[in-house]
Amino acid sequence: MMKNLIKSNTVIMLIFAAVVLTAPIWTAPIGANYPDLLQKFAIFGIFAVGYNILFGLTGYLSFGHAAFLGIGSYTAVWSFKLLTMNVVPAIILAVIVAGIFALLIGFLSLRRSGIYFSILTLAFAQMAYSLAYSVLTPITNGETGLQLEQQDPRVIDSMFGVVVKDGLPSTNLFGTLMSGYSGFYVAAAILIVAFYISLKIFRSPFGMKLLAIKSNQTRMKYTGFNTRPYLLTAFVISGMYAGLAGGLLASIDPLAGAERMQWTASGEVVLMTIMGGVGTLIGPLLGAVIIKYLENIFSALNKSELTEIFNYMPEWLQTIVVNVTNPFVGEGWHLTLGALFMLIVIFLPGGVMEGVDKIKGLFGFGKKKSTIEGEAK
Amino acid sequence: MSEAMTNTASKTMLEIKGVNKTFGGLHALSDVNLQIVEGETHAIIGPNGAGKSTLLNCCIGKLIPDNGSVTFNGRNMIGMAPHDINHAGMVRVFQTPEIFPELSLLDNVMIPAFAKRDGTFKFNPFKSMANEKVIREEAMSTLAEFALDKFYDQHAGSISRGDKRRLELAMGLIQHPTLLLLDEPTAGMARHDTNQTIELLNSGKMGEMTKVIIEHDMHVVFSLADRISVLARGHIIATGTPEEIKNDPKVKEAYLGEEAVDE
Ligand SMILES: Nc1ncnc2c1ncn2[C@@H]1O[C@H](COP(=O)(O)OP(=O)(O)O)[C@@H](O)[C@H]1O
Ligand SMILES: [Mg+2]
Repeated sequence: MMKNLIKSNTVIMLIFAAVVLTAPIWTAPIGANYPDLLQKFAIFGIFAVGYNILFGLTGYLSFGHAAFLGIGSYTAVWSFKLLTMNVVPAIILAVIVAGIFALLIGFLSLRRSGIYFSILTLAFAQMAYSLAYSVLTPITNGETGLQLEQQDPRVIDSMFGVVVKDGLPSTNLFGTLMSGYSGFYVAAAILIVAFYISLKIFRSPFGMKLLAIKSNQTRMKYTGFNTRPYLLTAFVISGMYAGLAGGLLASIDPLAGAERMQWTASGEVVLMTIMGGVGTLIGPLLGAVIIKYLENIFSALNKSELTEIFNYMPEWLQTIVVNVTNPFVGEGWHLTLGALFMLIVIFLPGGVMEGVDKIKGLFGFGKKKSTIEGEAK
Repeated sequence: MSEAMTNTASKTMLEIKGVNKTFGGLHALSDVNLQIVEGETHAIIGPNGAGKSTLLNCCIGKLIPDNGSVTFNGRNMIGMAPHDINHAGMVRVFQTPEIFPELSLLDNVMIPAFAKRDGTFKFNPFKSMANEKVIREEAMSTLAEFALDKFYDQHAGSISRGDKRRLELAMGLIQHPTLLLLDEPTAGMARHDTNQTIELLNSGKMGEMTKVIIEHDMHVVFSLADRISVLARGHIIATGTPEEIKNDPKVKEAYLGEEAVDE
């Protein structure tokens, strides 16, 4: 009875929404309660939650999802330039355009499985990245990145008589600016909806069939399922989530650059998902939060700050420690990420969520894992 | 055993005509002709490597024969996708259990039931598994028929090999196939388990179903089959009732050997 209550969608969503919306409060003790970082938590959380619908349910490892994030960002900035500074059309268009590209790339990549699928997605994403830098410069503005300009047409805005006199216009949601906490709350609200959709998919027969494809695709074919359209649908949905995240990134900071599509960015969402727990509902979101939080701390450090941190040590030790830790901070933060990732994969292959399960088990209220997480029987 | 063979009006359900299949230089099937009649239980026997599994693979779209035809209820099966063949009503149970090891037993049986209901593709992401009561109950009662309902929520990968085979039978049965193809359903089972499985295949819905059973256990074959075909080195060397097969000198020589004398 109690178990069923905890497992019900409504209860999960209420708890989830409460936790997300109060983030500015409970992140204060770890110093993460400023809007920039909170926005990143929510946006990359959406990216990872969507990626998990492909990777977590079907087991197909895409190394190219940053392409859809980038496409979403470019689309949103174009919507700001051509249509309106309102984020609603920008985000909707970002999702649609990313979805179309996902349909195309997914259709081609899904002709193969396993490592060949991964490499195909990687190749397509790198193509998108190179194109954005070269021939597509008129659309992407190449290396500089796509930016707003004062003389952009913004046809919808000008229809409503909005004139921009000095400086650049700001993105807004029907007048509310997208900067600071309001930006976070918009992203948080979208995250809640995105999470709800993912929850529904996980607990639907459709989600169950995706899991079965992951478990034994050959069996699925002889059981009467045409597996290709199932995989393609999952691919497109996760691509649309990536587009949504990209559109949100641009909504908060109206700028789109090709580096968003680079393979390192595609790799990052894989790390987030694995680190949090592939195929679990909440794991990928946790992974996104952990990585963005650590990135925020480690990439901001530099040598002089390290020296200060280790000031309490005798000088000779301080010099050694600072020199050893220095490559792991600032630009070198990816080294820390790599090391952390290795530790997690070796000791907790199921990610942070496996750790949570283990702790639950220690305290005696561990539950037998059912196949779809939390599925009510 | 069914009455099908005594019924003169019984019609051919599966017709395999002149099928050849080679793997490189190996002639796995040579000019195989076989008719499966509605209502019968047809056993295919033959030594290891005779081509029995290959023959089934040619029926369900896993392999495409080099030439010849496979017609099921009047429809040409060659070149048809495996999932379409399934929906045409021909369902295969594999030699090495093909199940969903990471999913629960219940889910393993619900999935083929979904295939029956939803067709080859259906996008229903906002339907809830929790509300699939009809299919869940059907799956539970199917599990119960195979005495697997006690551990319905266990991972299918964790159960014994014999139970996995029975699970796969349940997965086939829940689709109410017109023709069930079973590839050595008792291989690797202890005698007790084998008897239990024969009992299952012989009674209830399974008993009435038209089926093709590949089997090397003579005990199973003679207690199940209405007709038997003997396959040796890719050739069908005899087809007939168990009595006829037992007494066929060619068969004795080629395959049955001493085992036949024991039976
Ligand atoms: N996919 C394949 N590729 C190559 N050779 C195969 C393949 N499948 C079966 N064979 C060969 O064909 C012959 C018949 O195999 P099989 O049909 O599995 O025999 P049976 O099921 O009667 O034991 C064997 O010699 C086997 O090695
Ligand atoms: Mg075989």
